[in-house]
Amino acid sequence: MSLAEVAGFRARLPRGEGPWAWLAAGSVALSLLMLGGLLTLIAVRGLGHFWPASVSLVELDDGQLLAGRAVRELPLATGQGRERLYFTGNRDIDGHVWQWVAVDRIVASEQPRELVVLERVRYGDFIGRLVDVRPAGSHVQGVGGGEVAWAALQARLAAVDALRDERDDLQRNVIQPLVRQLEKDPGDTAARRGLAVANDRIRGLQDAMQAEVVVLQSVDGRRLVLTLAEVLRAWRPNAMSLPEKMGAWVQGVWRFLSEGPRVANTAGGVWPAIFGTVLMVLLMSVLVTPFGVLAAVYLNEVAHQGHLTHWVRIAVRNLAGVPSIVYGVFGLGVFVYGIGGSIDEWFFSDQLPSPTFGTGGLLWASLTLALLTLPVVIVATEEGLARIPDHQREGALALGATRLEMLTRVVLPMAVPAMLTGVILAIARAAGEVAPLMLVGVAKLAPQVPVDGEFPFLHLDRKFMHLGYHVYDTAFHGDDIQAAMPMVYATALLLVLVVLVLNLTAIFLRHYLRARHGALSRH
Amino acid sequence: MPELPPSLLSLDRPGSALSNSTGPIIDFAPDASCLDVEGLSLAYGGKPALRDLTLRVPRQRVTAFIGPSGCGKSTLLRALNRLHDLDETVSRQGSIRLEGQEIHAPEVAVDELRRRVGMVFQAPNPFPMSIYENVAFGLRLQGGMSRRRMNDIVEWALEAAALWGEVKDRLRASAWSLSIGQQQRLVIARTLAVRPEVLLLDEPASALDPISTLKIEELIRSLKSQLTLVLVTHNMQQAARVSDYTAFLHDGELVEYAPTASLFTNPRLARTENYITGRMA
Ligand SMILES: Nc1ncnc2c1ncn2[C@@H]1O[C@H](COP(=O)(O)OP(=O)(O)OP(=O)(O)O)[C@@H](O)[C@H]1O
Ligand SMILES: [Mg+2]
Repeated sequence: MSLAEVAGFRARLPRGEGPWAWLAAGSVALSLLMLGGLLTLIAVRGLGHFWPASVSLVELDDGQLLAGRAVRELPLATGQGRERLYFTGNRDIDGHVWQWVAVDRIVASEQPRELVVLERVRYGDFIGRLVDVRPAGSHVQGVGGGEVAWAALQARLAAVDALRDERDDLQRNVIQPLVRQLEKDPGDTAARRGLAVANDRIRGLQDAMQAEVVVLQSVDGRRLVLTLAEVLRAWRPNAMSLPEKMGAWVQGVWRFLSEGPRVANTAGGVWPAIFGTVLMVLLMSVLVTPFGVLAAVYLNEVAHQGHLTHWVRIAVRNLAGVPSIVYGVFGLGVFVYGIGGSIDEWFFSDQLPSPTFGTGGLLWASLTLALLTLPVVIVATEEGLARIPDHQREGALALGATRLEMLTRVVLPMAVPAMLTGVILAIARAAGEVAPLMLVGVAKLAPQVPVDGEFPFLHLDRKFMHLGYHVYDTAFHGDDIQAAMPMVYATALLLVLVVLVLNLTAIFLRHYLRARHGALSRH
Repeated sequence: MPELPPSLLSLDRPGSALSNSTGPIIDFAPDASCLDVEGLSLAYGGKPALRDLTLRVPRQRVTAFIGPSGCGKSTLLRALNRLHDLDETVSRQGSIRLEGQEIHAPEVAVDELRRRVGMVFQAPNPFPMSIYENVAFGLRLQGGMSRRRMNDIVEWALEAAALWGEVKDRLRASAWSLSIGQQQRLVIARTLAVRPEVLLLDEPASALDPISTLKIEELIRSLKSQLTLVLVTHNMQQAARVSDYTAFLHDGELVEYAPTASLFTNPRLARTENYITGRMA
């Protein structure tokens, strides 16, 4: 019985064939259930992260006030009553962001409209009340509180966002190229002047962003003054309608997908990691396919089918089982230090001792993974070639084709679906690999993607970010694992989706090519 | 197709009684031969499949090879266009000449030889391409042909294979969408398109229904004015219907070789008669 049959609810269990059929069906059902559970878990946890959940204002029996988002509830260790976990934010004034509260101690809990949540550049979220928006350094009342302040804050944040975009743009497209230019030629006075001008402009922008402050107050009455530059986003979850929340959710997901990471990867987006993962996998496919196909063609069509070929085949199949970290070690030793080191000596000696190719990078990572997935492509292609009936080959030969013509015109086109199966399997394996990448080029933080407008456009020597490594890094290297967990789930979900999309693309391609074979109309 | 000179073949009818001799009985005028097989022995990994075989295939005639299963008919046919070259386990002695030229000579290019000696297999094996591309396959290999000329040849070949009428409106359709009988005629058309001098047919109709079989037989008869045909078949009636000469092989050896009419009506050897009357499998 196949998975597809069960999934399609067409499972037929033959009557009277004993318990084994039920056992088999049960195993399939259990596997599917676990798989579904896994995906649901990461989907719910990951996607829930972007939902602007309501914030409660809670009064305890001792008069203490707190504002936060209820996260979960557990029975108390004493066995009586329950306790609830709140995310309260305000790391800078409270020193913590989580608070457990025994449910029977809660005297009142309400959700006032005016509570604001601010996403900040540092210290994570602020939860509390908005008091005022005023010029920096002023102690005079500005626009005042309430709806007016909220409207003012919205408008000011939009303006600051525009300034921030301009600053980032300047940084990326003007300052960095000029700095690289100056590294190459320190005497370039025009570049030096340009840099000074750009830096002035950036200072100006920064000043403009800090020109105004927002005055905040926590629910227990402590004040906090932030410059607008420190605030990324503000929302009032209790005042939002469902469509507004959904809009905010979509926006949040979009920012996650399109922005770079912040705060040691525990906040912000994962765009460089998505880009790095996809680019690395594509490069890997481009590298592994020709090698794998040629090797398979040699083994199946050219080589004398003797003992040696037999042993080579066994060896290739076993290579698929070598742990991936071993490939990482190989990549580090041979590609990075060996080949990369030599390339640096020959072509980039002016930049030594800082390495160009003699350190981990996109190229070496792709090559290492190509090596890792080579056996998969070879085996799949070989199986495809072996399935092609000999009479197709003989048919071509009998028409006067040479062996090369037979291969290129009849055999290989027929084996294309098998090759793509190999590539699909290779992608599935490579996209999820993290261990070898840590040795050959993945970076904790590389906000600059390896493709840009600067010659040679694709920077094979650059380090890159990877979703798998990002998951690992976010989960273990932040200082608040609780806060990072939603990011971990979201990133993991994204990794699954990226692998899925890559695979589906290849599957679609294979399907298309098969269809073309079936009802082919060339020329 | 260039017209070959009319055959000079003349047959003298045998009239002797059945003989039990074992040596090959060859009743055939040699001067118009297209293929000369001489002392051909062939073994698969040491196991002999053909033993010291000598026979001539007349030009522009249909010659049938008959014999029990495993007697080496296919092996002989494949030797004629060197398809065995692919198999390293095959060892061969003896010579085969095509129009007087040794086909194993070093100066003979095997792809050129196979173009001159085309082959059609038991199961139709069209390529997974369009009908048009199947027929044009051999032409494209030769290259340097104008589109118009290629179209002409494709049409001519399909016409010659009695398939044009059935496929002329769907040349772009996949060859695999044709019926088995049509596929076999397509394969014949594909082979004819490269204008072979010899066409080898290995049980070309054994996978087909009676109507398709008749069509193939008609086709074979119509083609012999243009080329030399060699037909392997298990069907005695078919051999009798379409061939001019018949060779009876047994256990890798040539037993009797004579004009079809005389072989079937008046076999000289008891072994031959037993086989064609069905007393020997
Ligand atoms: N590729 C091969 N490797 C080894 N032995 C082979 C191979 N092909 C054929 N033989 C053997 O050679 C002998 C002749 O085979 P061949 O296929 O020529 O017989 P045939 O007369 O065509 O039989 P059939 O009528 O069943 O097609 C048989 O004994 C067969 O087992
Ligand atoms: Mg045979």
